[in-house]
Amino acid sequence: MSLATNPGQLPRASVNAVFATQTKKPANMGQILRWMVLFLGGILMIAPIVYMISTSLKWPHEVYNVNLIPEEPTIENYTYVLEDGRFYLWFVNSIIIALITTVSNLFFDSLVGYTLCKFRFPGRYIVFIAILSTLMIPTEMLVIPWYTMSQAFGWLDSYWGIMFPGLMTAFGTFLMKQFFESVPNDFLEAARIDGLNEFQIWWKIAMPLVKPALAALAIFVFLGNWTAFLWPLIVTNSVEMYTVPVGLSGFGDEVDVAWELIMTGAAISTIPTLIVFLIFQRFIIRGVVMAGLKG
Amino acid sequence: MSAYKNLSIRQKQIVWAWLFLAIPVLFYVVIRFYPTGTAFVISFQEWNLLGTRTWTGLENYEKLWNDPVFWKVFRNTFAYLLLGTPVSLVISFVIAYHLDKTRFLHGFLRMLYFLPFMTSAVAMAWVWRWFYQPVPIGLFNNLLASIGIPQIEFLNSTTNALPSILAPAIWAGLGFQVIIFMAGLRAIPGSYYEAAKIDGVGWWTVLTRITLPLLKPTIVFIVVFSSIGFLRIFDHVFNMTTNNPGGPLNSTKPLVLMIYETAFSSFNMGYAAAQTVVLFLILLVVSLLQLWILKGDNT
Repeated sequence: MSLATNPGQLPRASVNAVFATQTKKPANMGQILRWMVLFLGGILMIAPIVYMISTSLKWPHEVYNVNLIPEEPTIENYTYVLEDGRFYLWFVNSIIIALITTVSNLFFDSLVGYTLCKFRFPGRYIVFIAILSTLMIPTEMLVIPWYTMSQAFGWLDSYWGIMFPGLMTAFGTFLMKQFFESVPNDFLEAARIDGLNEFQIWWKIAMPLVKPALAALAIFVFLGNWTAFLWPLIVTNSVEMYTVPVGLSGFGDEVDVAWELIMTGAAISTIPTLIVFLIFQRFIIRGVVMAGLKG
Repeated sequence: MSAYKNLSIRQKQIVWAWLFLAIPVLFYVVIRFYPTGTAFVISFQEWNLLGTRTWTGLENYEKLWNDPVFWKVFRNTFAYLLLGTPVSLVISFVIAYHLDKTRFLHGFLRMLYFLPFMTSAVAMAWVWRWFYQPVPIGLFNNLLASIGIPQIEFLNSTTNALPSILAPAIWAGLGFQVIIFMAGLRAIPGSYYEAAKIDGVGWWTVLTRITLPLLKPTIVFIVVFSSIGFLRIFDHVFNMTTNNPGGPLNSTKPLVLMIYETAFSSFNMGYAAAQTVVLFLILLVVSLLQLWILKGDNT
């Protein structure tokens, strides 16, 4: 202790060593406590998801029992909900819409981001500011004009009607622009000398270099469209065109107090993204951080 | 083709740039800018979606100003913001702060906290709605009953319903905020902490003098991001109150739900458009104010 009170006379390494031993010993108990509390908190975080799945595996008479593990687990609810056929349709709709929107965003957002990043041309600044300014406009402001537009062109109640507002996003464009900054201009110049045209340079040289960013964007766009509710609710009106969230919302109202069926529907719409997440966990978290901080 | 070949490299670049931008520029003009203008225009008109549009000047805005439901909705919207943002900020920071110092099964713990972010708001709104049901249906009241606490009216009470709806919204966003906070914490150079250690500074001083000031950009980002989210809350409210959207007695109705009902239940397009303009202005003012407050006093 006396050494530590007068650290100025000691070489730095030994000072660190003294402090290290001082802090490490009492920390152990605290570390264990911290871990326990974090673990319990984590269990609470996933409890709603676990209860949803547990209830979807219960018979109706057992739903009101707070037991986590069903007494006689059954897949009867899943059979019932899937045999109904509508969830299957909504599932297909949601997948098609989320996939096409994702591909469109990956293509166009990176194309625009790349152009704004690597080209110098008259009008560049205006295009940049114009796209940036759309970030300030909430989609809720656009749903009324989009609806009247869809009505005028006959896009209501169609895949195109659900998809068109999200085919490109300013968020994705600026995310990609940020990442193209890290692609050295020499690479592009070398490809130009090799006789590649500008499209080939973007597609074959620049795009492979920003793969992590493309993955991050893909995750965000897919998840965003998979869970999108307001616009699909507005633009669809026949049951066959619903997406999973819109369908689930109506289904919940329809079966009213059959909570085991509602939990089954909720589980069906949640489990796919959870499985994808558990497989690509590290990758997805890294992508979320990248998109969050750079976008 | 020969005309193209005669161009200089710089001119060729201009041609390519506009070739690349042609479809996106068309998209942004038709799908973003034109509708934005239309929204403003419709807000000065009366229109029931089928009949003709008639100009009414500021009438929609006057009606809004004198509409008690609007002021109720206005207060609700800010209640979501003023409760949701600080609560989620503090909780996610505390989790991130401790999770950052934990090595054992770090990835597993992080996964537990992040998992709710991958769920859909609609599905989880229904799950939480079930939790909130009275005895013998709802999980929360069943748990309370089993330890002898009188049951709580969650969604049927004008005072409890709004926080009850807010809870799953906060819960779903926590994972994202924790991850962003941890990235911010990692970005702080270890040398600051070592210097503090050598000086024998306590953890509270380290937290308030080093960690929090250096986390400022992260905090600004999370505050702005979550504020915009809470001001635009819709999915949770709509799905947890489908039998009486925004109820009971409009006590949970946020602005976006009012817009939805005005436009697509009452087909009062002009009035709804005026509400969207108000939403736009609120989002604009709140974002600018926060950027100004949180960034301003740094200089």
